[in-house]
Amino acid sequence: MTAVRIAGASETRFGEHPGRTSRDLFAEAGLGALDDAEVSSNDIEVVYYGNFMGELAEHQGHQGPLMADAVGVNAPALRVESACASSGVALRQALEGIRHGKRDVVLVGGAERMTNMETAAVTDALAIAADDLYEIRAGMTFPAAYALMTRAYFETYGGTREDLGYVAVKNHEHALPNKNAQHRSEITVDEVLEAPMIADPLGLYDACPISDGASALVLVSDDYASANDLDTKIAITGAGQGSDRLSLQGRPTLAQTRATTRAAEAAYKEANIGPDDVDVAEVHDCFTIAEPLALEGLGLYEFGEAIGAARRGETTLHGDLPVNLSGGLKAKGHPVGATGIGQVTTLAKVLNGSHPRSDTVPDATLGIAHNAGGTVASATVHVLEVTQ
Amino acid sequence: MTETNNSGYDDLLAAIEEGTGYYVECENGHAAFPPRRICQECGSRQLAERLLPETGTVITYTIVSVATPRFQDDTPYVLSIVDFGPIRLTGQLRGITPDEVDTGLEVSSFIEEPEATDDPLVVFRPP
Repeated sequence: MTAVRIAGASETRFGEHPGRTSRDLFAEAGLGALDDAEVSSNDIEVVYYGNFMGELAEHQGHQGPLMADAVGVNAPALRVESACASSGVALRQALEGIRHGKRDVVLVGGAERMTNMETAAVTDALAIAADDLYEIRAGMTFPAAYALMTRAYFETYGGTREDLGYVAVKNHEHALPNKNAQHRSEITVDEVLEAPMIADPLGLYDACPISDGASALVLVSDDYASANDLDTKIAITGAGQGSDRLSLQGRPTLAQTRATTRAAEAAYKEANIGPDDVDVAEVHDCFTIAEPLALEGLGLYEFGEAIGAARRGETTLHGDLPVNLSGGLKAKGHPVGATGIGQVTTLAKVLNGSHPRSDTVPDATLGIAHNAGGTVASATVHVLEVTQ
Repeated sequence: MTETNNSGYDDLLAAIEEGTGYYVECENGHAAFPPRRICQECGSRQLAERLLPETGTVITYTIVSVATPRFQDDTPYVLSIVDFGPIRLTGQLRGITPDEVDTGLEVSSFIEEPEATDDPLVVFRPP
């Protein structure tokens, strides 16, 4: 297989852009990635675009050609929908053509417009990532689903709302210098604990915000990078994707996320690495509980051990394994379809020394991005390495 | 809501309402709810209906304060997943105050309605 190199990476600021269309958000990110790569839009051979709720938010289907057009590309284009893992799944697809020698230059990204809708409408739109018959009709919301997982985790392994509070506090602190982050403010554990409940035991500060935003990568083959003298020291050396039952009730345990484990095992095998090789990680913390669930599913912690990782300082920017240096979904924001590629954009910049948090991990050479859809019925893991 | 029928699911809810809820089971003992044509665990296509046990236990729950529009008049409500032994089902817990809910609570399944609509809703109540 040919290595896949990241030639360019870009994202919009994640946050509130209620008047901006997703085509405009994606144009900013996509053109930013092309400029970063110093690659012409004429060279793009295919566009993969991740988006979840465009039909509901903008009454827009058939988004592939729309988004290719937005970045001045006339090439085959398709939209990938896998709930909150839409662009992680799009990335895994985008890698294939280059790996198998069929493509040299691919644009992959994602976008989501959410803040133009009322909170109840967004809650409704997000809920459709769950099982309509057996979950939504019973009153499931996404916060409720993660709350059900939280209580199951606490019952199985122990842990407290205070432990989760440290995850939120950590990720807010990480986001402070990140100009693309939605929340650049410090919070305290007490503020997390005292915030209004959304779905007990999860409160408002356990949840990521509702966000607009876009992200994009230009991926190239080794041959193209050499022929065009591109600066591409970051390669994606492993990719994995896993599935699980869509409904929580269909799973044997709610205290573990099997799709994450399946994705991680596949990605580590491709990259010929193990969890011990990971220097830095961006994981899908849509709710505070999702971060320890991810760290355990990824094999970075034993089951039941990651709940206290943030409290112990191990996953903070000063810890042995910094997690979500971007601020994560919690503080950087979660424009659903843009999140997976946004994580990879962050890692590429952390590893090449151009991220505001790069100085906290000067020796890092390997990072992983974990993107999850729904209640982790879909998960992707991508391994990034400094290869020069 | 529309009158569209979701075969399998609507039939199951009607059966739960009659006190004859069921699930399907393959010859290797793997259980699932309809509509289902193949066992997710072992690939068997020999699926037979089995009666849903009369009582199950709450394995996890949440008190929902922010709901989708369909359930906005029901907040706060308790959403739970109940383990019936071979199979688990999701529904709203009624007939008990949120303060009194705990995992391990024994409940039976019923079909009721949300406040704002006459859509059928899976509900659990202490027997």
